[in-house]
Formats: sequence, C-alpha cells, structure tokens
Amino acid sequence: MIQHHNQMCFATLEHPEPWSLKAYESVGGYRVWKKILAKRPPRRDLIEQIKSSGLRGRGGAGFPTGVKWGFMPDCDESYLVCNADESEPGTCKDRDILRFNPHALIEGMAIACYAIGAGTGYAYLREEFGDEPYRRFREALREAYGNGMLGPDIQGSGITVYLHDTLGAGAYICGEETALLESLEGKKGFPRFKPPFPANYGLWGRPTTVNNVETLALVPGILREEPGWQVGTEKSRGTRCFSVSGHVSRPGNHELPLGIPFADLLELCGGVWKNRELKAVIPGGSSVPVLPAKTMMELDMDFESLAEAGSLLGSGAVVVMDETTDMVRVLQRISRFYFQESCGQCTPCREGTGWLYRVLTRIVEGRGEEQDLEILEKVPGRIEGHTICALGDAAAWPVQGMLRHFRDEFEHYIRYGKSPVSPA
Amino acid sequence: MNDILNSDLRGRIDTWLERFPAEHRRSAVLGALREVQKEYGHLTPDRMDAVADYLGLPAVQVYEVGSFYTGFKHQPVGRHTVAVCTNISCWLRGGEEILAHIEKSLGIRAGESTRDGRIYLKCEEECLAGCCGAPMMQVDHVYHENLTLEKIDKILGALS
Ligand SMILES: Cc1cc2nc3c(=O)[nH]c(=O)nc-3n(C[C@H](O)[C@H](O)[C@H](O)COP(=O)(O)O)c2cc1C
Ligand code: SF4
Ligand code: FES
Repeated sequence: MIQHHNQMCFATLEHPEPWSLKAYESVGGYRVWKKILAKRPPRRDLIEQIKSSGLRGRGGAGFPTGVKWGFMPDCDESYLVCNADESEPGTCKDRDILRFNPHALIEGMAIACYAIGAGTGYAYLREEFGDEPYRRFREALREAYGNGMLGPDIQGSGITVYLHDTLGAGAYICGEETALLESLEGKKGFPRFKPPFPANYGLWGRPTTVNNVETLALVPGILREEPGWQVGTEKSRGTRCFSVSGHVSRPGNHELPLGIPFADLLELCGGVWKNRELKAVIPGGSSVPVLPAKTMMELDMDFESLAEAGSLLGSGAVVVMDETTDMVRVLQRISRFYFQESCGQCTPCREGTGWLYRVLTRIVEGRGEEQDLEILEKVPGRIEGHTICALGDAAAWPVQGMLRHFRDEFEHYIRYGKSPVSPA
Repeated sequence: MNDILNSDLRGRIDTWLERFPAEHRRSAVLGALREVQKEYGHLTPDRMDAVADYLGLPAVQVYEVGSFYTGFKHQPVGRHTVAVCTNISCWLRGGEEILAHIEKSLGIRAGESTRDGRIYLKCEEECLAGCCGAPMMQVDHVYHENLTLEKIDKILGALS
C-alpha cells in the first residue's frame, strides 16, 4: 500500500544510531553542502531549485519556501532562524527530527543560510526540548563543526556559516515567528505587527528568514533529487510528517507522500482503537477546523483537498476521535488553551478567547443558556482577522468547525445540561 | 552581585553571550535566567538584578522576561519538576485522570510542591510534543510516554 515511507526527514531511521554523522552520511548526507562549498553556485540558483521543487513550509501556513527565500535582499547582515518551538497541540514530528536526524536539519540550515545570504543561523528550541532533543542537536552541531562543515571560511571556500542552538523558556506564542524573534532578542514573546515582514525587518531589525524544522530538514534531500521527494500531488509536492494521535490503535509519526488517502493513514495506525467507529478528525493541529468521519474517509491528505473540505493541513498533526468523544468538551479544552496562551496584546483575542472559554465551560457544567450558541457564533468572527497574529484565528477556527459539523451536540447540552454522547 | 553570580555561573552565562553579536547582550537574558535558576532553584529580585547588572541592562528588561515565561519560578519549589500534559491528544487518552492520580497520590494540587521538597507538580497548559505517546508527562524535561497508573507510581517513587 505505502511505498514511500520515512524516506526524507526520517531517512536514517533504520540505522542503529540514526542521529550520528555516520548514519547521515550513509544516506547521502552533506553531499549537497560539500558541493556548494566546492563550487559556490550563485545563491539565486539554489532558490530557483527550491522553488521548482514545490516545497511549502511545514510550520503551519504552507508558504512556498523558495518564494520566501527569494524575498531576502543582498546585504551584509542577515539571519536564518529555525523554528523548533514545536508547540501546536497534537504536533510532535520536529522533536523526532531533532532526536533522530539532527544532521539533516543542520545541513538544511547551512544550505538555507547560503541561499539567503546569511552568515549566521539560530535554531530556537522550546525549553521543554531541553533534555534529549537539545542534547542530540548540540552533539550533532559539535560533530558538524568538528568535521569542518561549519565555521569561518569553511574548508577554504570563503563561505562562512555559524549555526547556534538556543532555548526558549516556556510560552506557546513563541512559535509564532515574530514572537520568536522577540524572544531571541531577549524580550517577552509579543508578536509584531506585519508588515514589515521578517525578510525586511527581522532579528535585530535585519533581514531574516524563519523556517520550520521539517521544512529545513527536507532541503538537502530535495537538492540531492531523492526519489522519496518525487511523490505527492501537483500543488502539494513531496512527503509530509504526519503525527497521528488520539483514538487510534498505534499512534505515531509517519513520513508519507502528500495526498495519501486519510483512510490509508488510519489503517497504517491500526485503525480506530477498541474496535470503535470513527467520529471526527482534527487534521492539522488543534487550531484547524474539525471534520466529520464521513468527509475524512473520502479525503486525501494534501493542502488543497483539506482546504476544499473546509479545514487545513496546518502542522500535519492528525488528531483522531472515536464515537464516544464529547465534542463540546473537546472544544472547551481547546478553547482553554488559547485563552491561557493569548499574549494579551490585542483586545479581540484577549477578551474573545476568555468569552469562548467561559461560555463553553458554562455549557459543559450544565448551565448553558439559549443565547450561548449565538455568542459562540459571533465571537469567532470578531476575533478572526482582527488581531496582530494568527493565534486569534487559531482560537476562532475550532469553534467555527465544531458548530458547522456538531451543532446538535451543543444544542443538546444547552437544552438538557448534558452531552448526547454516552461516555465510554 | 558577585555573591550571586559566582565565577562558574558567570562562565555559563558567557556561553549564552557568545552565541550573539557583542552589541546584543540582551539576547542572553533567557539563557542567563535559566542558568541562575538552575543554580538556585528559583528567581528572586536580587538574582534578576544581578543578571541585569552583568548584562548591562535596566532591571525591568530582566523582570519582564522573568515574569512572561512559564519556565521561570519565583518561589522555592520541589527538586524535581513534574509536568503532566492534558492537552488535546493526551486529554483524549486520559491525561486528566493521570494528573488527578498524581495529585491524589502526592497529596498536592497542580502548581504545588510536596512538603518533603521532592516534587514540584507544574501547572502545565501546553502540549509537550509527545502526543503520539499520549498520555505523557515530563520529569525534569525527560519524556515519559504511554503512561499507566502503575508506571507513574514507579517513576515518581524513584525520584530522590
Ligand atoms: C500561534 C502560532 C504558533 C505557531 N507555532 C509554530 C511552531 O510551534 N512551529 C513552527 O514551525 N511554526 C509555528 N507557527 C508558524 C510560524 O509563525 C511560521 O509561519 C513558520 O515557522 C514558518 O516556517 P515555514 O515557512 O517553514 O512553515 C506558529 C504560528 C502561530 C500564529
Ligand atoms: S492575536 Fe492574541 S496572541 Fe496574537 S498578538 Fe494578539 S493577543 Fe497576542
Ligand atoms: S497533547 Fe500531550 S504531548 Fe501533545
């Protein structure tokens, strides 16, 4: 059924020490970087190659990576930043890339630095990665410096690339790229107004590119023209790391061609657990709209198909829910998170997330009122599109999705003070 | 200041400074506070002042970082930090029951420490990126996944 499995980001997985330089070199690692060091191709050529590969950002928004790199001006001080803050609920693939194939990220960062004209790159790992993922990444960095892959005038090429590891200190919002830049500057993680975008005004006001771990880890394999990348659909090219969690028999991270049917992905994870029926799926991390089972079972997992169905591929986190799931409580849990993590800068987000959480709590506790549905319908529209960063949208979309597909459960809760779903 | 930032601690803060251009000492605030917390267990105004002095920053720039991020502690807490994920994927597989079990067996609520100073049960709001091993928790940032009540008792019992 599935032929291309774990071939790009997780290519070293079969090796006894998949995180080692030896393992990475055995799958062709650092070949592209060495070639760049030897030949110094025009940086714009690399950008063109990434553009034509069809690579789109894996952090959530799916923005074409080559286009983003192309925004970077020629100047003497610019930066690459790798977003390793992985914190979208349901998402756990960047952690596995850091643990199992850190060299792919390092080579990807080095190549990206060269392509955007940056001499320095920072990887910003969330604090909670401070033990194993951080150690593995640091060890790999040390190996890369030790083997003359990084530093000043690398192997006499005239190319200088310094890569550094840094750690956050606990804040979901620092996954948002401009909040992350603020945090790297040693400040509170308050997202910045855009424009200006980071390519014009980024780290310390300098042109900066921010990319996700998976995006950067894919770059070397793409430039090696790995057959593993020659998959996917016309607009959703290549592989994707799906983190499948929730009510499946065997949850796990799987790197698979974009566009595979959800039904195949589910089967690969052993199907719905406990022989239960599928009820719904959140297909791209907790911030995207939920989709009902019937839609999902006919859907392919690519950017376009999910958008057409009214949701998003987001961060690739696929959260599966069985027939016993109380959707009102699911939404209450999700809303609590966005309420807690709102940085508070924008009134619609700060106040709106509070309203949503309080109304949902009231409903769950059997104190729902007739007007509550109306509030749940109105508030998201007042947040969405009216805030500095996309956390506001992330708080609004799940509510809209739930009401679209599971409105009857909310009505039942409000009328009878309890869920229509019989608990497991 | 020198009593708080001993030479070893200053050396550790310097490794954070080295990552950034010399004119951006402020970037080392997070790293410096983390090192100070590692040394003393929690932050105090004096300790944050010492960091501000060392980095050459107004104290308020250090305080605001100290209070923004949930990783920084401002009261003495237990030696080991236990954080149970109750976010969506863990919630679907019993994360809240796991938390309730730990609260009961330790006799404390999330956000509190055990009286013997052994364990601090963090009030965790975030997903900890271990969703495919749900339910999960971290002990001092070490992942423990696919938890069962028996597994938890063993892990917590082994903490000194
Ligand atoms: C609230 C919020 C949280 C985010 N969290 C993450 C994250 O944890 N990791 C990530 O890579 N991108 C995250 N993003 C997206 C980033 O802002 C940014 O788009 C991404 O890192 C760009 O990389 P890409 O182009 O390679 O996808 C988040 C965005 C928002 C609005
Ligand atoms: S949308 Fe929310 S999280 Fe984003 S900047 Fe505004 S208040 Fe902060
Ligand atoms: S939801 Fe618990 S680790 Fe992600």
